[in-house]
Amino acid sequence: MPYDQDTSMGGPSARFPHTRHSAIYSTRSEDAAERERAYAAIVHSYWKPAYKYIRIQWRKSNEDAKDLTQAFFAKALEKNYFRKYDAANGSFRGFLRLCLDAFVANEAQASNRLKRGGGAAAVPLDFESAEGELQSLPIAGGIGTEELFYQEWVRHLFTTAVETLRSECQASGKQTHFSHLERYDLDQTAQSYDQLARECGLPVTTITNQLAWARRRFRAIVLQLLRDATGSEEEFQREARQLLGTG
Amino acid sequence: MKPLSDQALARLRRAASLPDLSSTRYTLVREAGHGGMGTVYVVRDEELGREVALKVFHIEDEQMRREAQALAKLEHPNIVPLYEFGRLDDGRHYYTMKLVEGARLDEYRAGPATQADRLRLFVSICGAASFAHSRGVLHRDLKPRNIMVGSFGEVLVMDWGLAKPLNEATPTGQVAGTPEYMAPEQARGDPSLDERADVYALGRILAFLCDDPPPKPLRSVSAKACADRRDARYAKASELAADVLRYLDGLPVLAHRETPLEAATRWYRNNRTLLLLIASYAVMRFLIFFWARA
Repeated sequence: MPYDQDTSMGGPSARFPHTRHSAIYSTRSEDAAERERAYAAIVHSYWKPAYKYIRIQWRKSNEDAKDLTQAFFAKALEKNYFRKYDAANGSFRGFLRLCLDAFVANEAQASNRLKRGGGAAAVPLDFESAEGELQSLPIAGGIGTEELFYQEWVRHLFTTAVETLRSECQASGKQTHFSHLERYDLDQTAQSYDQLARECGLPVTTITNQLAWARRRFRAIVLQLLRDATGSEEEFQREARQLLGTG
Repeated sequence: MKPLSDQALARLRRAASLPDLSSTRYTLVREAGHGGMGTVYVVRDEELGREVALKVFHIEDEQMRREAQALAKLEHPNIVPLYEFGRLDDGRHYYTMKLVEGARLDEYRAGPATQADRLRLFVSICGAASFAHSRGVLHRDLKPRNIMVGSFGEVLVMDWGLAKPLNEATPTGQVAGTPEYMAPEQARGDPSLDERADVYALGRILAFLCDDPPPKPLRSVSAKACADRRDARYAKASELAADVLRYLDGLPVLAHRETPLEAATRWYRNNRTLLLLIASYAVMRFLIFFWARA
């Protein structure tokens, strides 16, 4: 019988890798392959908020924002920007945003010194989806710089977590578990466990357990993504409290 | 995938922060309140058929164990009792405690209770703090929002999240507490806090509970408890309580040197009934005397 790690005692979080270094930490690695993996993880976590930030805050066109986002991350890898991050001086998110501001300002001053497509990030970026999000969910006016970046970063983090959970559930035959989370927490097309139980033809206790599993796994994925996107244990804990202490 | 709307995001954040109670005997009823470190939920204990309060931190944190251990040492009628400590399947620790129905002290203060009623509650709060100190535990965050007044007038000190052993130094420079109720040495991050840090907070609570303006003796008691130099404060919470009890009993308080007029006023207040009786008797004798002469 296959071992079902997620129903073993203590649950998945009992095995939560506390000692795993974050991607930001790994940018200081002497191993070039590890640095590249770390860089890819950072790009994955931050490219979409960076793109939206350039579009909204810097009022750049779709094409310019694409170029600037790609060029920023390409230059960050080339110059190893993120190695300079010091957790004692604030959050990695804040540091990255300041680097981004400086980069965009420099590019503007250099009057398009950067040719379009001249600096491509090593990780493929789906700008169409980012632009589509901006069109379908316009960002409210009057929002502060820090808040804008944070809001879009959280949105990207949770979207990635939902997609990761969906893939995991498909791979492990737990589509029903994901469907409960999708219907009850995400879309709210189900208003109660009873309704879900009736519509799925399952006992309420099964719905409760399956939804609890999906939430538990979702939480673990969110925290794992957060750990990759933060520069120190303290920053991770601070960000996690802010993210999950919403009441 | 379509982007998450703000509403969907809020629901998912809540779903990810809800305690996973599937392996416990509790079912979620509602959220009771939340702070920077954790959230308190009202849950139903299905085994015993009663509602209790369950506290869980937002993320895994060993501090939860220390908090529960501190609370477990404190069995006292004015300290919220701990029922159980455990671990959820999502990895977080939790503990359950008595669910106190009633009002927070700041809400109670806005109600119709008299100053004397409030002072009697204050003496009970000092009793809880004094008991904790005798068990080697410092609360460090005493304030009206952390004190509940039950529906039968019982008072319970809650939220021992910042409690620490009295004989254990805090790391230098580490500041925790609520600024308005924090002793100067606590605000400075002094590592050698003792029970006088809680005495300071109690002095602030006393000032909050007094009438406005407060009577002079109580103002002096509060000022002594809140002295900047801890050497000038009451050494123990029980000494502070004793001075407030002296005031309630109509005796002079140790923190205040009375003027002769104040002493006379206090004597009059204490003996008002006797004086009225004597005056009534004198008036009657006077009337009888003149009636007899007439």
